[in-house]
Amino acid sequence: MRRLLWPAVVLALLLLVNVFTPNFFSIQVRDGHLYGTLIDILRFGAPLILVSLGMTLVIATGGIDLSVGSVVAISGALACLQISEDAGVFTAVVLALGLSLLLGAWNGFLVAGIGIQPIIATLILMVAGRGLAQLITDGQIITINSPAYKVIGGGYWLTLPFGILIVIGVLAITAFLTRQLALGMLIESVGGNAEASRLAGIRARGIIIMVYAFAALCAGVAGLMISSNVSSADGNNAGLWIELDAILAVVIGGTALSGGRFSLGGTVLGALIIQTLTTTIYSIGVPPETTLLFKALVVTAVCLIQSPSFRAKAFRRRRRAVLPGAASEERVRVTT
Amino acid sequence: MLKRISTLVVAGLAAMAMAACGSGGGGGTGGDGGSITMGFSQVGAESGWRTANTKSVQDSAKNAGITLKFSDAQQKQENQIKAIRSYIQQKVDIIAFSPVVESGWDTVLKEAKDAKIPVILTDRAVDSPDKSLYKTFLGSDFVEEGKKAGQWLVEEYKDATDPVNIVELQGTTGSAPANDRKAGFQEVIGADPKFKIIASQTGDFTRAKGKEVMEAFLKSNPDIDVLYAHNDDMGLGAIEAIEGAGKVPGKDIKIITVDAVKDGMQALADGKINYIVECSPLLGPQLMDLAKKVLNNEQVPARVVTEETTFTQEQAKQVLSTRQY
Repeated sequence: MRRLLWPAVVLALLLLVNVFTPNFFSIQVRDGHLYGTLIDILRFGAPLILVSLGMTLVIATGGIDLSVGSVVAISGALACLQISEDAGVFTAVVLALGLSLLLGAWNGFLVAGIGIQPIIATLILMVAGRGLAQLITDGQIITINSPAYKVIGGGYWLTLPFGILIVIGVLAITAFLTRQLALGMLIESVGGNAEASRLAGIRARGIIIMVYAFAALCAGVAGLMISSNVSSADGNNAGLWIELDAILAVVIGGTALSGGRFSLGGTVLGALIIQTLTTTIYSIGVPPETTLLFKALVVTAVCLIQSPSFRAKAFRRRRRAVLPGAASEERVRVTT
Repeated sequence: MLKRISTLVVAGLAAMAMAACGSGGGGGTGGDGGSITMGFSQVGAESGWRTANTKSVQDSAKNAGITLKFSDAQQKQENQIKAIRSYIQQKVDIIAFSPVVESGWDTVLKEAKDAKIPVILTDRAVDSPDKSLYKTFLGSDFVEEGKKAGQWLVEEYKDATDPVNIVELQGTTGSAPANDRKAGFQEVIGADPKFKIIASQTGDFTRAKGKEVMEAFLKSNPDIDVLYAHNDDMGLGAIEAIEGAGKVPGKDIKIITVDAVKDGMQALADGKINYIVECSPLLGPQLMDLAKKVLNNEQVPARVVTEETTFTQEQAKQVLSTRQY
């Protein structure tokens, strides 16, 4: 639980920045659903949380998946194309998710079956996938008009955004599978040392293929949400750079890029931090020219606060100056 | 013209003589009866706008009797440079292209100049200090588009005395259309202090970002009178946000956008957008005209602005059925 402390502190600080923004914390009921900035953060953050959850498991095996952004675009494009050709929403969703799974399994096959380094293996689909998405949309933005499809990313159920309910569902299933069953431990052991876990009787190859397929499935669902939210598929821009935000969310959440351990709760907090930061920038009116710099500064600060060794150094130095005797005690606490 | 043809014939013969074992298929430039061959390198096919642009160039080349060699750079400068080099090798009569980026063209344009092939830029400019590298730049004037948007707003609110609160959705930060549309708009409305831009953010020219940013605007600014979006797509995204907030787009919040793509025109005809400034991709006829003038050694202006108009809701209803893109 201590691991979640710092991301939670950062999120709270970010929200506090908005105390002076009018209406930031007000949540009303409008048209039978909740309405407010905090709800927006959940709604627009839902795709990122999903993609980050998939990314967490991939990173836990010591891998990385750069192709999720392209899968987002492909999934949205295929679904919207199907719907524009009068296929049912259900068929469209099943086809899009099926293709996403297939693409993920392909990534996993390249990594575990052929042994290509994850960053290269998924780079292939990252580049080719955008092309595939544009091939599906014929280079155009496909606009659709389907109230049923609209629900996935823009609709509400039980007054809550439907997207966030999907996220809660996926999170619950993932948490159950990885934390209540042995799967999480198997993933961590593969991330720690794939060869050793294979010798210990774990089917490392299958687990790796599975996590890439899972990451792509999450990205596929996120793609449905993003395209459904604006009722259109944009092969060029949908999910652009979301893989970087997802990796950042995972890292902020305290999962090590080297693999071997992961924190689902941390990832969710990390993704929420990123979305809150984006929304804060819009609300407090940071000029667009300085937005990227502003984001970079905040992210740097967040990463430093997150780093135990940085905290140890910073706090130790200060304590030594004030109270020399406390230094050794602090070091012990940090190393435990 | 005759002189030009004869030099081309000589050049063609020389080329054939040099390429002794040529494949035979590609040699026929310019030699056959004075037809013009144009090499055109397109940015890519990233949007309906761009596709309409491509189609316009292809159709008007056919109508003008110009042989078009077309290549799609898929958003990559190196592809475009490769295409231009191959046009130089094929000895086309004229090269036209829409640069993917603004910089890095000097070398390849110099090669074209040395091969005495004139170059016309379409839609986007290059930032080379050497203006002799290309004959002319044909494209939209983004500042003018911003001004047109501003002029409509000033006219619409000429009787109003209360302050008019405007929010702006900018295009991709640093891109020429975003900078210029912002500047032109500001220039016109800046004359009257009642017009206030209360929030301005980038929506990256996409629907998704347009919606997300507008949601935030709506919450932090309860009093929004006007939305000015740098393209239709951001405006369309914002419309969804406005509807989600329980307001009526086009009435509670007046919306001005730029581009006039089909989806945007549909929203305009439906009354959800109030005014669209056209940014026309249909520059093919003007391009062919310029190409002929350049090859006839006529003087052409260094900057030619695309013929563009503006649309109100009534006009949109009339032209919607014939809209090509």
